[in-house]
Amino acid sequence: MSARRVRRRLVSALMTGVVGALSLLAVLALVLILGHLAVKGATSLDWSFFTRNPVPVGESGGGVANAIVGTAIIVGLASLIGLPVGIGAGLYLAEFGSGRLGWIVRFVADVLNGTPSIVVGIFAWTWLVKPMGHFSALAGSVALAVLMVPMLARTTEEMVRLVPHSLREAALALGYPRWRTSLRIVARTALAGIVTGCLVGVARIAGETAPLLFTALGNLNFTTDLMQPMQALSLQIYQYATGPFEEWHRLAWAAAIVLMGLVLLLGVAARWAIRQRHGAAR
Amino acid sequence: MAPPVDARLELEAVRLTALYGRRAVVTDVSILFPAHTVTAVIGPSGCGKSTFLRCLNRMHELSEGGWVTGQVLLDGADIYDPGVDPVRLRRRVGMVFQRPTPFPTMSIHDNVAAGLRVNGRRARTDVDAAVERALRQAALWDEVKDRLRSSALALSGGQQQRLCIARALAPEPEVLLLDEPTASLDPAGTQRIEELCHELKGSYTIVIVTHNLQQAARISDYTAFFYLGELVEVDRTEALFTKPAAERTEAYITGRFG
Amino acid sequence: MTVLPLERLAAPDPRRQVLRGVNAGERAYRGILTVLAVLLPLLLVALVSELVASAWPAIRRFGLPFLWTSVWDPVAGVFGAAPMIFGTLASSLIALLLAVPLALGVAIFLTEFAPAWLRQPVAFLVELLAAIPSVVYGLWGIFVLIPFLRAYVVPPLRAALGWTPFFDGVFYGNSLLAGGMILAIMIVPYIAAVSREVLLAVPPSQREAAFGMGATRWEAVWTAVVPYGRAGLIGAVILGLGRALGETMAVTMLIGNRHDIGLSVLQPAYTMAAAIANEFSEATTDLYLSALFEVGLVLFVITVVVNAAARLLIWRVARGTAVGSRAL
Repeated sequence: MSARRVRRRLVSALMTGVVGALSLLAVLALVLILGHLAVKGATSLDWSFFTRNPVPVGESGGGVANAIVGTAIIVGLASLIGLPVGIGAGLYLAEFGSGRLGWIVRFVADVLNGTPSIVVGIFAWTWLVKPMGHFSALAGSVALAVLMVPMLARTTEEMVRLVPHSLREAALALGYPRWRTSLRIVARTALAGIVTGCLVGVARIAGETAPLLFTALGNLNFTTDLMQPMQALSLQIYQYATGPFEEWHRLAWAAAIVLMGLVLLLGVAARWAIRQRHGAAR
Repeated sequence: MAPPVDARLELEAVRLTALYGRRAVVTDVSILFPAHTVTAVIGPSGCGKSTFLRCLNRMHELSEGGWVTGQVLLDGADIYDPGVDPVRLRRRVGMVFQRPTPFPTMSIHDNVAAGLRVNGRRARTDVDAAVERALRQAALWDEVKDRLRSSALALSGGQQQRLCIARALAPEPEVLLLDEPTASLDPAGTQRIEELCHELKGSYTIVIVTHNLQQAARISDYTAFFYLGELVEVDRTEALFTKPAAERTEAYITGRFG
Repeated sequence: MTVLPLERLAAPDPRRQVLRGVNAGERAYRGILTVLAVLLPLLLVALVSELVASAWPAIRRFGLPFLWTSVWDPVAGVFGAAPMIFGTLASSLIALLLAVPLALGVAIFLTEFAPAWLRQPVAFLVELLAAIPSVVYGLWGIFVLIPFLRAYVVPPLRAALGWTPFFDGVFYGNSLLAGGMILAIMIVPYIAAVSREVLLAVPPSQREAAFGMGATRWEAVWTAVVPYGRAGLIGAVILGLGRALGETMAVTMLIGNRHDIGLSVLQPAYTMAAAIANEFSEATTDLYLSALFEVGLVLFVITVVVNAAARLLIWRVARGTAVGSRAL
């Protein structure tokens, strides 16, 4: 009896160790990836890396200024398109989403959320690139916006629903029309959460590559023309990483640091925004 | 039994029935609230007294499936008339809820000003004066006058409830509906609110739903007893508490049920 | 309280009906939001119809056998997607085999065993794995993971299991194993996050009951908590599967991109997403392009089915609450 008891305790202790070790392993993966990024890329990060455009194969040096600007433009435009639609759809779901249309929109948002980004990429190609006859930054932005909207709609809905019903009633009893209640009181109260959702969404699309492959395409030159092919950091990393040249690999690591830094920055901003909310609710 | 008709008839429900879908939670209630009086609505939980109150400013119809039959007359005009905008109506009939509901993103000042702004009153001095007046009426001015710009959430529960009363008073409604306003407050906070009711009835017609019979006896001129969605009895408060006409009323106020 | 007889309610006075949207602002607000919301279904309709229309020539030409024939010959104009479908499923299966124990371990550790001060930081770090862009995983895979596999993992694997068909052949680096492993790391944060929320939703009474019967901590977790949340945990795993199936860049960079069905995980393979990414811009004939669209359509349908299944399972555990929606 007591031997069995000891054995059971040992199993319990052992399994505690196992799940702890598995957690350590997961964290280790993160540390390794970020560590390699830092080690392999940091030495290439200098002023010219940020300010110069790529140079032809054979010459050394060169930078990713075109890709940094390209990512900023493509992601910025995608946000400009995606944020209003996503937030608006989310508000609709939270305010008027109890009926049949609400059910459909919610279901569709979930389906779109699970859609592989490469599928969205070829969709954007047939929709924009093919009729226009050429690749363009605009098509890339639309593809990214399509990825962003369903996610944003669902997080916005969730955040707005967290606002206590009593606040809504208080505003209505004060003679607020429903729409002003929704905007001035409910959405305003959920603002920190909505902003967090937006930042997470932007961070997610900033790192996307697949939807840009056949839309923004990439461009070795600097351009700000929305109707032309445009480079993005993610595309550049892909091209450099899969290319045959040592020099390209070095630049790929450096570009990856920049992209990772951008995504982490947005993530940190999101955490900060959510903290603001908790601060306000104290 | 009916209240005397010396007062101007301010608010009156006529054969009012409130429903959720097909289910009636308030059945065929007719009652009159004279101007500048406090009427307490009492009854056991689930007797429909809160729903009844929410019919008086058309909040009930905002609940899922909520609708009413009958009339509610404010100054003789039916508030359920198709020409009446419920949003405008609610600016004439203020309401305070069971739990304090300050708007968390707004300062103390902005909370009180919220109902003014939505009414289109935006001139700064005008708003500031109205905010001060409302806060003084709600007996909160002295406690918050130095921190009008700080968050309303920093106030205590009792202060928050008085802030909500000030917020309801600022647009100068004609009727004030209080839905168990002291239910979540400590005795000191409760006492402040009760004193407030006394002071406010000079300018407003007040209907207060309460669980607390002593409270009803302390602050109201008239008391209405609801049971199972029906108005059992309404009378002057002393009369209702000393010699109730209905047996169910007597059973309730003597604590035999509810 | 009283249910009124129907005849009294048959014709409620219309003016008593709820008057929503009585003024212009109200209507405008609702109208604008409705238009924005309706954009989503329209988008889905556009997406599906474009995919079907573009894939139609291939669908008509090859019919259902497209799904199980394995010749992919752009020159001859013959296309069968079996190798990609196989590769997609195989790489995702490998990813699940590796990721599920890891992610469940993390979730159990974080909800049941970790000291309070450790929970937030570890959860944050694991979630951070989801923030790393796919292309960065691919980069890391090419230059770190594959050399590591070649030096330290594949030789002992071959020594021990080389006689099975699963570890047969020469290891060139880009392979099913490399693709599956990178996928595993990528889906761990999703499975872990949803599993954690599922385990947190298990009522404490389940644990207490087990402790009351003299169970050790592990026994309480394994016999009470995990079975209670089983449907949700399976949902979390299927959700991870949905992610793995549609993942593109990292896999494209690591799996080797060869149209072959082979059992050995050391050999190159192909996935549907990778095929589109690789060949779309090279598709010179309309039929070739159409075949790639059909691959995209198949991929879309599979992920929709898988995600719907995951969602149903998660909802069963925590009906009405938004469990896992953050990771979706």
